[in-house]
Amino acid sequence: MEKHETTRVSKALVKGVPLDGKGNGVHHESPPLGNTKPRPAEAPVRGLLFLSALVSVMTTIGIVLVLATEAVSFFKTVSVFDFLTGTKWTPLFEPKSFGIMPLLAGTLLVALGASLVAIPIGLASAIYLSEYSSHRVRSWVKPVLEVLAGVPTVVYGYFALTFITPILRRVFPEMSIFNAASASIAMGIMILPMVSSLSEDAMRAVPRSLREAAYALGSTRYEVASRVVVPAAASGITASFILAVSRAIGETMIVAIAAGATPKLTLNPLESIQTMTAYIVQVSLGDAPYGTIEYKTIFAVGLLLFLMTLGMNILGQWVTRRYREVYR
Amino acid sequence: MMANTSDRFILQTRNLNLWYGERKALANINIDIQPQRVTAIIGPSGCGKSTLLRCFNRMNELLPGIRIEGQVLYNGEDLYGSNVDVTEVRYRIGMVFQKPTPFPKSIFENVAFGPRIHGLTENLAERVERSLQQAALWDEVKDRLHHNALGLSGGQQQRLCIARALALEPEVLLMDEPTSALDPVAAGKVEELIVNLKKRYTIVIVTHNLQQGARVADTTAFLLGGELVEIGPTSEMYTRPRDNRTEAYITGRFG
Repeated sequence: MEKHETTRVSKALVKGVPLDGKGNGVHHESPPLGNTKPRPAEAPVRGLLFLSALVSVMTTIGIVLVLATEAVSFFKTVSVFDFLTGTKWTPLFEPKSFGIMPLLAGTLLVALGASLVAIPIGLASAIYLSEYSSHRVRSWVKPVLEVLAGVPTVVYGYFALTFITPILRRVFPEMSIFNAASASIAMGIMILPMVSSLSEDAMRAVPRSLREAAYALGSTRYEVASRVVVPAAASGITASFILAVSRAIGETMIVAIAAGATPKLTLNPLESIQTMTAYIVQVSLGDAPYGTIEYKTIFAVGLLLFLMTLGMNILGQWVTRRYREVYR
Repeated sequence: MMANTSDRFILQTRNLNLWYGERKALANINIDIQPQRVTAIIGPSGCGKSTLLRCFNRMNELLPGIRIEGQVLYNGEDLYGSNVDVTEVRYRIGMVFQKPTPFPKSIFENVAFGPRIHGLTENLAERVERSLQQAALWDEVKDRLHHNALGLSGGQQQRLCIARALALEPEVLLMDEPTSALDPVAAGKVEELIVNLKKRYTIVIVTHNLQQGARVADTTAFLLGGELVEIGPTSEMYTRPRDNRTEAYITGRFG
């Protein structure tokens, strides 16, 4: 009681509220609301934050605009139909031909190969981390996987060229030095952490109560993982696959180093190919004069690449939303 | 006397102690569960009711840092014996949880889950129908067996989970506050079901709804602070409790 009284008095003194002699502050004349000035920092901070957000939005719009205008000017010379269905890509030498199919095939071949490596291993390690590993094991495996995600892609590129290719050539002597298979494997390792970590997040989001229900029916750990957890996390797992494939389609350095520079319409991974990204690198580094048709090809290719990865990302988000189960 | 106790009781604990890390959750529990009866475990929150229930199907093992001493006997056999397969234990002793836990699968696949993993796929459709009938859900779902179970109401979901447990024809059904997440009407249906099921199954139910305990249970056990205070026929327990802590709890003086 004594203490309570003292605090009330001291609070009243601090606020400058008059006392009524009994130690109670007199409050009936508090100032009306809306009279306080906004504190000075608020408006500029808000503006600065908004501008920062605006930078990335404007950049995106700018990129799309540049891609689109240059591509439109390209499509004045080459019809969209010829571009999309042509099977010969020789823009840099005569006779010039602008069929994207060989580059598209190269891109998809490497992305497919990378998925064949990353999806099974990524899913298996996600199941291990989420359902089997002890806390102690997870606490050192996860950081290792994250290190894998942090390796610069150029390192994967020469890892493919100087390590994977020689090993593969011992098995397949007819294989080219630059080939789709090595690039696929390196890229698969690169996107592996993405698959495993996103899939693991999706599995860990499955409520413990569902696992308990499955165990209570006499399930083994594997049955719980394969029949309950993975199906319940299917949307998140699928999204992780799509995002990883999208990343593989857009990845540049590994394929520019290890996959070759020969646009070829083939599904043979032992051959040298060229992907869309690697072609853009080749022309950007070369001396295609500004304004020429070969210069403009990189925008057409870039636009298609952008549309593909955008489509994959939208698909990924749609899958997540469409199949998300409702848990309480 | 000691020799034939295991014939009369389907589940028994002998000096059962359990620790969560450093915290002791069960202290020296000796409890005997009669077959084909409903036994209710009552007590205030945190008294160890659910923990005790989860010792009967070894669910506690899923939590890290658990230590168990003493014995749990099932038809006289040690449930925790080194030659006992835990999946076999849970096959014979089913469980229904506080919140409905339907799998994100069809109604049919939910009920078929247990039979499928235990290889009981002969006459599966009949087994599913029988289980749903026993759980008093068949008439409500027979026309949409292949719809997702998450589309059912909470009460229906809980009866589905009961059907899912019954599909393995367990000897014992453990129920951990099975109606506490349901509205009164749905809870009433589940209660009615429990009374009907005891003809075929042994039921152990944890509840903190004393009226529910009084309505469904033949035998009631009162737990307090991890100790078994007393166990006896429900009617005696509610009218003439032997221990004054039981009396205090039942008359609502704490808990």
